[in-house]
Amino acid sequence: MKSDFNTSPERALSLADVGVGESASVLEVSASDAIGRRLMDLGLLPGTAVRAVRRSPMGDPTVYELRGYRLCLRRVDAARVRVGPKLLAGAPRASAV
Amino acid sequence: MSQADEASTLHPLRFGLIGSPNSGKTTLFNALTGLRAKVGNYPGVTVARREGTLEVAGRPGVVIDLPGTYSLDPLSPDEAVVCHVLAGEVEGVEAPEALIVVADACSLDRSLLLVAQVLAEERPTCLVLTMMDELAARGGRLDVARLEASLGIPVLPVVGHRGVGLRELRGQLAEPEAWSHPPILPPRDIVERASWMASILDACFEERPGLHAMSERVDRVVVHPVLGSVLFLAVMIAFFQLIFAWATPAMDWIDQSMGAASAGVRQALPPGLWADFIADGLIAGVGSVVVFLPQIVLLFSLLYFLEDVGYMARAAFVVDRAMARIGLEGRAFVALLSSFACAVPGIMATRTVPSPRDRLVTILVAPLMTCSARLPVYALLIGAFVPATNVFGPIGLQGLVLFALYLAAPVAAMTVAAVLRRSLLPGEGMPFTLELPSYRLPSFGLWFSQVWGSAWAFLRRAGTIILLASVVLWVLLTFPQSPAPPGLNAHEASAYALERSAAGRIGKAIEPAIAPLGFDWKIGVGLLASLAAREVFVSTMAQVYASEDPDASLRSAVRADIDPTTGKKLFSPPTVAALLVFFVFALQCTSTIATMARETNSWRWPAFAFGYMLALAYGASYLARIVTAAVI
Repeated sequence: MKSDFNTSPERALSLADVGVGESASVLEVSASDAIGRRLMDLGLLPGTAVRAVRRSPMGDPTVYELRGYRLCLRRVDAARVRVGPKLLAGAPRASAV
Repeated sequence: MSQADEASTLHPLRFGLIGSPNSGKTTLFNALTGLRAKVGNYPGVTVARREGTLEVAGRPGVVIDLPGTYSLDPLSPDEAVVCHVLAGEVEGVEAPEALIVVADACSLDRSLLLVAQVLAEERPTCLVLTMMDELAARGGRLDVARLEASLGIPVLPVVGHRGVGLRELRGQLAEPEAWSHPPILPPRDIVERASWMASILDACFEERPGLHAMSERVDRVVVHPVLGSVLFLAVMIAFFQLIFAWATPAMDWIDQSMGAASAGVRQALPPGLWADFIADGLIAGVGSVVVFLPQIVLLFSLLYFLEDVGYMARAAFVVDRAMARIGLEGRAFVALLSSFACAVPGIMATRTVPSPRDRLVTILVAPLMTCSARLPVYALLIGAFVPATNVFGPIGLQGLVLFALYLAAPVAAMTVAAVLRRSLLPGEGMPFTLELPSYRLPSFGLWFSQVWGSAWAFLRRAGTIILLASVVLWVLLTFPQSPAPPGLNAHEASAYALERSAAGRIGKAIEPAIAPLGFDWKIGVGLLASLAAREVFVSTMAQVYASEDPDASLRSAVRADIDPTTGKKLFSPPTVAALLVFFVFALQCTSTIATMARETNSWRWPAFAFGYMLALAYGASYLARIVTAAVI
């Protein structure tokens, strides 16, 4: 756990706040609209471990790694995903290798 | 054998193939059906429809390749096609009896969401796992039997392009009635469903796959802030070069062959209407269709190669930010760039844009890009009327004007895209989501079938309309026939006949409408004829002016032309400026209109594009006329 992001579990943060190289765990995606539903369809369900892999040369969008694949999201869409610090137990990546 | 039994052996089994993009669905479809696919459109949407036949244990079968989707919860009419087909609500498409879900074994984690939704359909379902070789390479180990047990449906690992597992799959497909059903359906609640997925994954994975090490290493270069941008530019220049320059020899060859064929027909047939029709109407029409093939084949060869390798997703990732400014997304870039060579392959390339709104906006602005067919028109008018003086050192005025015309197009396209995105086609509807697949060596078979499919679809679907339009224009330019009075040479006789043809009459009829731009009926005929293709303007003007060759003598003829009402030169600088600007904006191309109609599956959008571009062209050339008149 290298970032202060993971040491402040009380703050409500979004996936857009996760820095490159950092991991987080999805708390909630508002499913009230189409965009939220689609983000969940793509695997951003509560409890999912997500890691920000890299940003585009122009600063947006960002590639995230989750559920064994790489998904690229714009900041505006990533901001709809509420995240908390990564849970070590049950996080798919942590149990691998 | 009872009658019911007989019917079941004759009635083809219908399978629906469901899977997310990049799941290997198309490869599996090709492996199961060969290239015997029927391609068409679903009514009312832009999604291509593919169906193929296969034989399973002596029973005929049909595979419906459903559009790639992450979910059965549609966000757009295009995505809703999958649900409509499953429900049997699409006219002419019987609902499939059994479903085949295709999932990439490496991202099975995510694919289980789609599996859960498909299971809720309560239809015979089996799961095909692709990319098992990549899973092994990434250190993953999956117990297929346990996955089968925990899902309650048949699970079959397949390596589609190598044919591994296909025999077992065909065996399985023979008896969908016998497929096992899940004892209980996956939970509906999203949180419960997440834990249902987690428990299945825990049960079946002995080892989770790690990162694809090669993809990680390659990505460090390919999406590197500096190297990635350089690579992006290089690839885009290659695209541009490919369709702009490298397709030219093939296109010239097609032109020459068609010219030779016309000449051959004229020699073989007695001179007259039939020879004219075959040589100038039919062969020229076929030529105007076939001439697009080199560009389409080259563009799609590179596009699908880079797509299958995994680069196109990275290119979209690199350029997305810039495209977001005009309300589009990264994947639209290639289509717009390709339209600089020709809007026809450019519009076809928008198939890679998943959001229907973004795709439509891209299709609507693509014809604004300066395509290569505008160049002969620009060359004629600039060569004839813009003085060849140098402005700064070696930079000449002619070059500057050409540059300005080239630059006006993308600026207009960006502006129109931004306006359309905010007015007529607003809404965020779909988030921008882009999967970065692992880099893979593309399979030749898949690549070939994609390129072949594009070329064939163009020939069959747009080609027929283009051919028809060419013949109609030929008729307009030929009839009614007027025998020339004696004493005229061949060129003068053809000019005489053209003036009295339907096209000539239309030109005269629209003269009042185009007079504010300084255009007379002769330019009107040229504009009408240029609907076949913009460069036809040049040869038609040559015919109108009865000049022997469209270069030198046409230039001097148009320079000398006097407007009978004012006694001044017709092609005054304001008129030339207006005409150039008109060609920048107007949708003078039936091939583009036909392609647009086919790709949007309606005549509404090409009509809209024609209308807005005509309004833009008229307004801008009127402005250009006034400004030029004020300056000069």
